[in-house]
Amino acid sequence: MIISVASGKGGTGKTLVATSLALSLGKQVQILDCDVEEPNVHVLLRPTIVQSKPVCIPVPKIDKAKCTYCGECAKVCAYHALAVVKKLVLIFPELCHGCGACSYLCPAKAISEEGREMGVVELGYAGEIEFVQGKLTIGEAMATPVIREVKRHIDPTKTVIIDVSPGTSCPVVEAVRGSDFCLLVTEPTPFGLHDLSLAVDTVKAVGTPCGIVLNRAGGTYSKVEEYCLEVDIPLLMRIPLDMEIARLYSRGVTLVQGMPEWRGKFLELFRNIEQAIAVNKRVRT
Amino acid sequence: MKEIVVLSGKGGTGKTTIVASFAALAKSKVLCDCDVDAADLHLLLKPKVKETHEFRSGQTAIIDEKLCTCCGLCEEACRFEAIKDLKIDPTACEGCGFCWRVCPENAITMKENLAGHWFVSDTKYGPLVHARLGIAQENSGKLVNVVRQNARSIGQKGGLEYIITDGPPGIGCPVISSLSGADLALLVTEPTLSGIHDLERVVGVCRHFGVLALVCINKYDINEENTELIIKSCMDQRIEVVSKIPYEPKVSESIAEGVPLVEYMDNGASQGIRSLWQTLSKVVRANQ
Repeated sequence: MIISVASGKGGTGKTLVATSLALSLGKQVQILDCDVEEPNVHVLLRPTIVQSKPVCIPVPKIDKAKCTYCGECAKVCAYHALAVVKKLVLIFPELCHGCGACSYLCPAKAISEEGREMGVVELGYAGEIEFVQGKLTIGEAMATPVIREVKRHIDPTKTVIIDVSPGTSCPVVEAVRGSDFCLLVTEPTPFGLHDLSLAVDTVKAVGTPCGIVLNRAGGTYSKVEEYCLEVDIPLLMRIPLDMEIARLYSRGVTLVQGMPEWRGKFLELFRNIEQAIAVNKRVRT
Repeated sequence: MKEIVVLSGKGGTGKTTIVASFAALAKSKVLCDCDVDAADLHLLLKPKVKETHEFRSGQTAIIDEKLCTCCGLCEEACRFEAIKDLKIDPTACEGCGFCWRVCPENAITMKENLAGHWFVSDTKYGPLVHARLGIAQENSGKLVNVVRQNARSIGQKGGLEYIITDGPPGIGCPVISSLSGADLALLVTEPTLSGIHDLERVVGVCRHFGVLALVCINKYDINEENTELIIKSCMDQRIEVVSKIPYEPKVSESIAEGVPLVEYMDNGASQGIRSLWQTLSKVVRANQ
């Protein structure tokens, strides 16, 4: 079972929820940090890293002896990563998505591919929890190839928890795709609600059922609850606004380690997710 | 004209709250929301939209089932796992057109994406350029470029002094697009271990692109030990911490009311933002 944890708005508590859920389950769990721009799961779980592997995308390399400077490669590249000027082929590797069209379609067979490193995937353990994280190299723009590589390490025999980056665009879609369920963590403010509604639309476009965790709950703003009823998405958990929780987080202590009474609530959250997935499967068949 | 972009690495540290207050404090400026996939600045600035423009970018492959002979070449060619059982997953398609070019039956066409909209608006604080990326669309970096270019041309035409930009979280493509060529980056962090870790990475990005970075520690009193750690680590990296803003529980109230914090109250946090703006405007003007 794959559960992704997303939010739309940043800083609502995705990592807090993902780590406490993983720790509460304890065994047969894998946690994947797919927020490859700013991965934070390691800050809370302090895993021992046992392996680090570079993530490369294939970029074109021209064999000058074979190249006829016909310009076909530049024509087929949708990302303008190649330009042919007289007797010169210019390559802009940072624009290349690694689709492979240029090398396959070169009439002179003058293009091979070489790997360009844009990040790393690290594997390790935090207790019995298997840990995988992606790290985009600073200055690199494209997060999706790193996310894709992290997800290749999914072990389908385990419960897989994916920590997703904030936002609603390609990195979020890439991370959530293939999940059985997506938890959306939000906060009771107009920012939280606005970005939650965008995230719900994104998750629906990907076709993943979702449920909501309301963090920093309490106070008078009730529009997130109203929204959940209106769009018929279950509100699965509330975490109150509590300075003690904020302090624990600031020190890098997970909620269930700092306040063990939360373990039961996270196990209940997990059971509710299992049930929601089962209901969703019945509806579909 | 000077461009100040507010970034953070980690989300939810207070970028938009601070930018909305700058909007109320700065005299002559154009505002710019570059967090195009989860834009929130408009919720505080209440813009009247004057212009709406379509943002067309990228393409998606479409298979004509009548022409398709199920040869499977397209599926073999696609490296983005966007074709499964001869069906295109539009959320996975990166629009490279490889499948379209290899299809022997010409059964595939490429359709341009309507990837979002961008707007030019009036607010009581001045013009605002903002955008909304389409659901599950890509190319947010390109949309950020469009938003910034238009903010710049409005600023130049109006002879305005500042472009103030609310940036996205993270360090990837939309952040790079928001940052490159700006005069100053204000990095808003919080004294949590995650905040510290994320700050280091976004400092790295500013360095990589040669943009002057200054740091503001928001909610500094949540963990003063961590605040000291941030100050020390910034000193080691020769980055100036220009502001410490205390935690203010009423920030969510001000957001619910849709009012920039400096107009909502006049206490520690809002005074902190006022003096931060004075510092920034001085630094950016001195830095010719």
